[in-house]
Parts: sequence; structure tokens; C-alpha cells
Amino acid sequence: MLDRESTMGMFDMPSGYPPDDPSALRRTLHGLRHAASVLSESKIALAGAVIVMFWILAALLAPLAAPFDPNEIDYDALGQHLPDQNHWLGTDKLGRDLLSRIMWGARVVLTVAPLAVLSAYLAGIALGAVAGYYGGWVDLVISRISDIILSFPVLVLYIIMMVALGPSALNIVFAVTISSSPSIGRIIRGLILELKTQEYRMAAQMRGESSLYIILVELLPNARGPLITDACLRMGWVIISIGVLGFLGLGLPPPDPDWGSMIKDGSQVMITWPHIALVPAVAISSLVVGFNLFADGIREILQRD
Amino acid sequence: MTAFVLRRLLLMVVTMVVSSFLVFMAVEFSPTSVARKMLGQWATEDQVELLTRQLNLDDPVIVRYGRWVKVVLGFSIDPLADPQLLAAEESIDSAKVKLGPKQEDRLVRFEDHRGHQYFGNFSYSHFYKVAVNDIIWDRLANTAKLAGIAFAIFVPLGVLFGVIMGVREGSKIDRTLSFFSILFSSIPEFASAVFIIILFVAWLGLLPGTSTLNPAMGPVYQQFIMPVLVLVIYSFGYIARMMRTSMAEVMREPYVRTAVLKGVPRQRVIYQHALRNAMIAPFTVILLSFNFLITGVVVTEVIFGYPGFGRLFLEAALFGDVAVLEAATMITVFIAVMTQFIGDLGYMALNPRVRVS
Repeated sequence: MLDRESTMGMFDMPSGYPPDDPSALRRTLHGLRHAASVLSESKIALAGAVIVMFWILAALLAPLAAPFDPNEIDYDALGQHLPDQNHWLGTDKLGRDLLSRIMWGARVVLTVAPLAVLSAYLAGIALGAVAGYYGGWVDLVISRISDIILSFPVLVLYIIMMVALGPSALNIVFAVTISSSPSIGRIIRGLILELKTQEYRMAAQMRGESSLYIILVELLPNARGPLITDACLRMGWVIISIGVLGFLGLGLPPPDPDWGSMIKDGSQVMITWPHIALVPAVAISSLVVGFNLFADGIREILQRD
Repeated sequence: MTAFVLRRLLLMVVTMVVSSFLVFMAVEFSPTSVARKMLGQWATEDQVELLTRQLNLDDPVIVRYGRWVKVVLGFSIDPLADPQLLAAEESIDSAKVKLGPKQEDRLVRFEDHRGHQYFGNFSYSHFYKVAVNDIIWDRLANTAKLAGIAFAIFVPLGVLFGVIMGVREGSKIDRTLSFFSILFSSIPEFASAVFIIILFVAWLGLLPGTSTLNPAMGPVYQQFIMPVLVLVIYSFGYIARMMRTSMAEVMREPYVRTAVLKGVPRQRVIYQHALRNAMIAPFTVILLSFNFLITGVVVTEVIFGYPGFGRLFLEAALFGDVAVLEAATMITVFIAVMTQFIGDLGYMALNPRVRVS
């Protein structure tokens, strides 16, 4: 029998946790250490995290550490584009420093891709949660519209954008949102349908909570495992999409550095100066590999629990 | 079953209408006028005006979209091919008068050996100066060749590696192959093409650098090697990963354990009991992924200069070749929806639970 006294201590916070120690720094450190210990369970996840962190650092440090302005033309380097002590990775066709362009390009990719994924998730969660929670004709309408968008070739969407809108970061976010939100919506809908039958959801309804509250506070947090994995995989996919758009001439408007369009420019002189295309190709591949390894590792860890 | 097929056909029609309308609107709302796009930047104002009158480009966009649909379905004659329409059109006459008699042959007119009115009349490409149907199908056949070879390689290869990994989930061989399949499926086509060209062309000098299918560039089979390799690398890892997950799941099923405990040889357990059920999920996903493969094919064609459908599509978009753009959109949507349809049918055929209900 559990009497009142013996249960007293059971639900207390462990000592030394936030109430005793208000220092924000130590809490962050604690969080980081926790994340690191989870990550160390999977070598693959760790490897992915290291690669992604490397590019995040490169992006953050670009204004401080990049040796040149990314759009500055070094006229002395024209005609001799190979790496030397001034330009560690060489220069591109126009004599612009490749290292600086790669670093600034990382900034572009690592801002646009998370924004695009976030916006796709907001739209997808809204669609999927509403469809799964209410069911009936709402579900039917949303599912049919999703079917149409999913059967729509992504390429056609890109081409329509290319003809009508032209290149810009906002259009990339827009395209990714349109093409990914239906499949995210489907995942969410399935999860919500599964979670809808749980007792805690019924308890919340009994309490008189609103539908919005139940979806956001009771149901979605319980679906976070598969969603985190999906988001990481999707990051990789979005980075590839941004690259494809840049490669097809729909990336950021020139002269600003964009990995996809750097590969496009470099591929025209690939036989004479292979490094101009090689450097951005390695950059984009490694970043995608990083996100995919991370996603795979996280999935492995989640499965084990 | 009939209801299912009908619903799918309806979905396809709706998707095609929506996409063709979107492309129509996209061309409409981009900066230069449609007539200017058709004639190119060196045409005079008079020519642009003449074409505008000839095609009634001043009509509201809905009216013109309706007209385009009618021409495609074969309900009306292509205005560019109809000599009577030209003669009867008063505005054209007045334009002729304004331009003078010598300008008459500046009117855009073309001949299509299929006739002027038939189902699937995609009109006339202003960039190539021939009927769209004269160019688009050859290009599509080229792309089918490229994608077909790639498909015939990466699907069996992906399934094989997926089975090897899935059967021994968590083993050393699984971990190694998993790592490589993640690596392969993470390298986008435009990046792997760069690696492969640098390796085979710039460094080893073994293969021709482009794949224009021109025999002067070297043996044609050699020109297929690099584009096929690029497509295989990206898609192979993807299919292997999917097959692995599916196979690993099936291997944990009670009926597989029962078969093993009954003393059925391991090979037979894998091939007869597990593989068949493990194939169901990847089968649909493989066909669904066509949608994404199409994009990869375009990128590959652009890099290698391959005379395929994807490059035609992209160039049409770049040059504002409206007729080709619309035709290519229709064909792409048709292929995408059809593969999904086949995927669903195949899923029903493979999965007894769905087939019965």
C-alpha cells in the first residue's frame, strides 16, 4: 500500500536540476551533454552530426573567416584558377575565391533549407491534423487535393515557377512547401488517427479542452519520434532540391553564391578546370550525407528504445 | 474495382487539367507577351501584332485556354494551320493592309502531315518551327531508352542488396552496405555527374564527355555509360534502403520463424516465404518514386547534353516555347499518374488482403 508519505518523494525533481541551479549556461550544457550521450549510442548519427555541425560552423563563421568577399573578382587569378596560397580552393571562372563562395553558399543553403522544411511542416501539420482529427468530408477534401499534388510531377512545378516567377529564395521555400506538405500531411494524418483512440485524448476531451489544444498539446508531441526522423531526411531532400533548382538556373539570382549554380557554372569548364565544379559538388553531397546519416542514426536509436 | 479504376482516371483528368491550366497561366503572367515569346526577341512590333491578331491573343486567358483544349482534343482546327480562318479574319486583313502586300508571307503558318484536326494535336513549336508531335516523341523515346536501361540495372541491384542487408539486420555486412547505400542515395545527380565526368573524362580520358548520341563523338554505347551510371548511383541506394527495411520487418514475422523452426532450408525461407511479402511495400514506392526520378533524368540529360525529353522540356521553358511546354507537361503528368495507377494495381495483385476486400 502506498500511503501519502511514501509517495511524497517520488515525484520530486532530482536535486541539482533547474530549481536549485538557475544558471542558464549550465542548463544548456546539461542539455548538450544529454544530446551528446544519446548521439554516442549510434556512430552513424554521430558522424552525421559532426558533418552537419561542420557546415553550420562554416556558415556561421563566413563573415569572419572567409578570406575574401564572395563576389570580389581577383583579376590576377584570372586564367590560373588552380588553388594556391592566396586562394586555398582556387578561384572560379570569373576569378572569385571558391573557399569564400562555398562558405557564403553554406549560409544560403542552411537558411533556406530549414525555412523551407519548417514552412512545409507547418502546412503539412495543419492539413494532416485537421484531416485526421475531424475525419469525414474534411478528410476527404484534403486527401483528394493531396492526391492531386502528389501525382503532380515536381519537375513541372519547378518549370512553372521558372517561367512565371523567376529565381529567388522565397520561391524555393514556396516550391518545397507545395511539394512536401501533402506527404507530411499524410504522415501526420496517420499518426493522429492512431493516437485518436488513446485514453488520454478522451480524457482531454472530457476535461472540455478545445480541439486545437488536443491536437497541439496532447497528440502531436506523442508523434515526435517519426517526425524528427522524417524532418532530417527531408532536410537532405530539400538541400538536393535547392541544388537542382540552382543547377537548372532557378537558384538565387547571381552574383550571390549558391552551390547549385556554382556547379552549373563549373560544369561548363569541367575538362580544363575540374575543381571549379568539384568543390561545390563535394560540399552539397557531404551536407546531404550528413543529414541522412543523422536521420538514419536517430531512427536506429528510436527503434532501440 | 471498376470504381477504383474510374476514380483513378478521374484523378488523372483533373491533374492534367489543373497542370495544363497552371502552365498556361504561368506563361501568361511572365514578363514578355505570348506573341513575343513565340517570335523571339528580334521580331518587329508589326510581326508581334500580326501574330496577336492571328491567334486572337487579345482574348481573355480563359477563352484561349478553352481554345487550346479544343485543339488538343481535336474538336477544332489549330488556328495556325487553318488557311480559311486566316482569310476570313478581318483583323488579319487589316493587319495585312497595314503591313503591305509583301508582308503577307510573314504570317505564321504551318503544315502538319497528320492533318489539321486530330486528337492530341499539340500545335506548332515556334522554336523548332515544326509540329510539336514531330519532335516530342523521338525525344521521349530517347529518354525511355536511357531511363529504361538505368531502371533495368538499379531495380534488381537495389533489391538484391536490400535483401542481403535485411536478412542479416544489424550484422557487419548490413552496417557496411547500409552506410554505402545512404552515401549513394545522398549524392544528388548533378554532383555525381561531376565526379564521374572528372574521373572518366578529365582524369582517365576513357569516355566521351557528352552524350549527344552523335556517332562522331565515339561509339554510341559508350555515350550511355555515364548518364546511366549517374541515374543508377542515386536510385540504387534509395531502393536498397527501402528493401532493407521491408525485408528486416518481414524476417521478424512469426511465419518466418515458424518456417525456420520447421526445418525449411534458409534459402527457401528467404525466397519463398520472406521475399514475396517483403516486395509489396517497395514495389509501390518504386513506382511512386517515378515522380522524383523524372527530375533526376532532366538533370542528367542537361549535364550530358543528351537529346532527351527532359532537356526539351527545360529548353521549352527557357525559351518560352508554349506549345512544347504544354505538350511536355501533359505527357509528364500522364506518365506520373499512370505509373502510380500501375503501382496501385500491382499492389492489389501482390497483396491478398487488399485484393480480397
